[in-house]
Amino acid sequence: MPLLPTVSGSLGRTADVAGGLSPEAWEAVALSLKVSFWAMLASLPLGIAVALLLARGSFPGRQLLNGVVHLPLILPPVVTGYLLLLAFGRRGPVGAFLYDTFGITFAFNWKGAALAAAIMAFPLMVRAIRLSIEAVDSGLEEAAATLGAGRLRVFATITLPLILPGIIAGAILAFAKAMGEFGATITFVSNIPGQTQTLPSAVYTFLQVPGAEVQAAILVGISICLAMGALLASELLARRVRRRMEGQ
Amino acid sequence: MTLVIRLRHSLPGFYLDAAFDAPDGVTALFGHSGAGKTTIVQAVAGLLRPEEGYVAVDGWVMGDTSARKWLPPHRRGVGYVFQDARLFPHMNVRSNLAYGLRAQRRSPDSEAFDRIIEMLGIAHLLARRPAGLSGGEKQRVAIGRALLARPRLLLLDEPMAALDEARKAEILPFLERLRDEIRLPILYVSHALPEVARLATTVVVLEQGRVVRAGSTAEVLSDPDVVPSFGPRAAGAVLEARIVAHHGDGLSELRTSEGTLLLPGVSGPPGRLLRVRIPAHEVILSRARPEGLSALNILPATVIAMRDDGDGGVVVQLASGRDRLLSRITRRSVRALALEPGVACHAIVKSVAVARSGMTE
Repeated sequence: MPLLPTVSGSLGRTADVAGGLSPEAWEAVALSLKVSFWAMLASLPLGIAVALLLARGSFPGRQLLNGVVHLPLILPPVVTGYLLLLAFGRRGPVGAFLYDTFGITFAFNWKGAALAAAIMAFPLMVRAIRLSIEAVDSGLEEAAATLGAGRLRVFATITLPLILPGIIAGAILAFAKAMGEFGATITFVSNIPGQTQTLPSAVYTFLQVPGAEVQAAILVGISICLAMGALLASELLARRVRRRMEGQ
Repeated sequence: MTLVIRLRHSLPGFYLDAAFDAPDGVTALFGHSGAGKTTIVQAVAGLLRPEEGYVAVDGWVMGDTSARKWLPPHRRGVGYVFQDARLFPHMNVRSNLAYGLRAQRRSPDSEAFDRIIEMLGIAHLLARRPAGLSGGEKQRVAIGRALLARPRLLLLDEPMAALDEARKAEILPFLERLRDEIRLPILYVSHALPEVARLATTVVVLEQGRVVRAGSTAEVLSDPDVVPSFGPRAAGAVLEARIVAHHGDGLSELRTSEGTLLLPGVSGPPGRLLRVRIPAHEVILSRARPEGLSALNILPATVIAMRDDGDGGVVVQLASGRDRLLSRITRRSVRALALEPGVACHAIVKSVAVARSGMTE
């Protein structure tokens, strides 16, 4: 496990900074934002599709899909991270395939961190979107169909605009969850400064170093601000969309 | 254009087995809730696939289960006005109205647009959102939206059930204009007899998923055999009368095929044909020509048929010229007057009881 050497390797570089935030800590914030943004964006289409399947579909294995989607919520994050490592590691079945055919690798880089964050945030995203789909009056979709709209058009012109607040809420919730993801990330891609050291990993690292409590506290403050900001933004956006939708 | 409907479908509690034709004009599907009205309309719209069914309008087959064909709703061209309007909340009224043509990738037809918003009186609502409209306004926009999608037929599923009396009174004239100006078969689902009497050209009575009677409005509403379906208290015949003159005392003189009616509150030029509904319990019978009565409207009549109404009374069907009347009286009166088919008598109609309604010309 490369966890230990990285932690000790980061010690020397963080200790020399007094007051303000070390470049390394800033790096962690920037990396977290990047990882969370891509985790959110890349999982959004799949999240909408799965939410639709769960809300509207009737097919064998629906309960199974529901279970699999929710698994990261109930499994210990370390287990999820370990399973990711087994599957997506360079020698894992999926990882080897991706590397051999596309040259993509997830092991120990920021893409891996994004993958871990996306999977951990996925149940929350799907849940928010699914609830908004279930709240859509299917009578409106029937009405659109009788007016001549095919299924795709009904989805694009009726369903999608009506669930937009739910999609926004789900996306921002996923973003916030990704910002805070720790267990699965550190297990899957470790804690390499500048590469996979996200904000929570950096906090963890600082807490291991005597005298770095100030750095840790600043990072904690930043993560609280980001989380609150995300919540507020989702609330405001959703309210604005809803108001536009209802025209009141 | 004629709409042909043949449907068989199992539903919780009963089996729908309905077959009838709906010509141009308004065909009212009448029946109590759970009689299968909405199921029929949904099958016609393609929102429900029946176990067996055939639906065609003017020879164009929309569904024929024996040929394994049941077109989806968006390929049927069926205008559906739902009980709850179902306007799209995220679009303004104009976008709601334009939705159909846009969905069918047809170019907007500004002439039809102007004509229909004028007919429905919704021009001032175009920029508004559905959330800000009254129930009656919503329903008028929903009708406009369905019409502007260029349907081959129109389905109105209890469009007034969710409205109060004032809103109903506001919508009825628009529905009458619809009937008189649009050459389309219109299926009108209702369980309100006055509405049916006022709007329908054809009435189909449903009970437990079966058609118990179908025919012209005057024919069906004056059929004593159908009275149990309507409920004895709601039963009443519909007849047509022409305005002769308006008198100075507020009463208007109307000519039926065999007599004269004096009604209050009638407007319209002399010569206009009106449809009036006379509830059966407002018609009294007399063998002799009555004298010294306060009732003004007395029509000569002949008994055609009698039927027990299942509620202690007897419903008597009468012919007065070409018109048909219904009278609901007690069994004792039937014996006292020795009423039987063929007997001549006089039908006394209390003038206030005559329900006036729209024109049919």
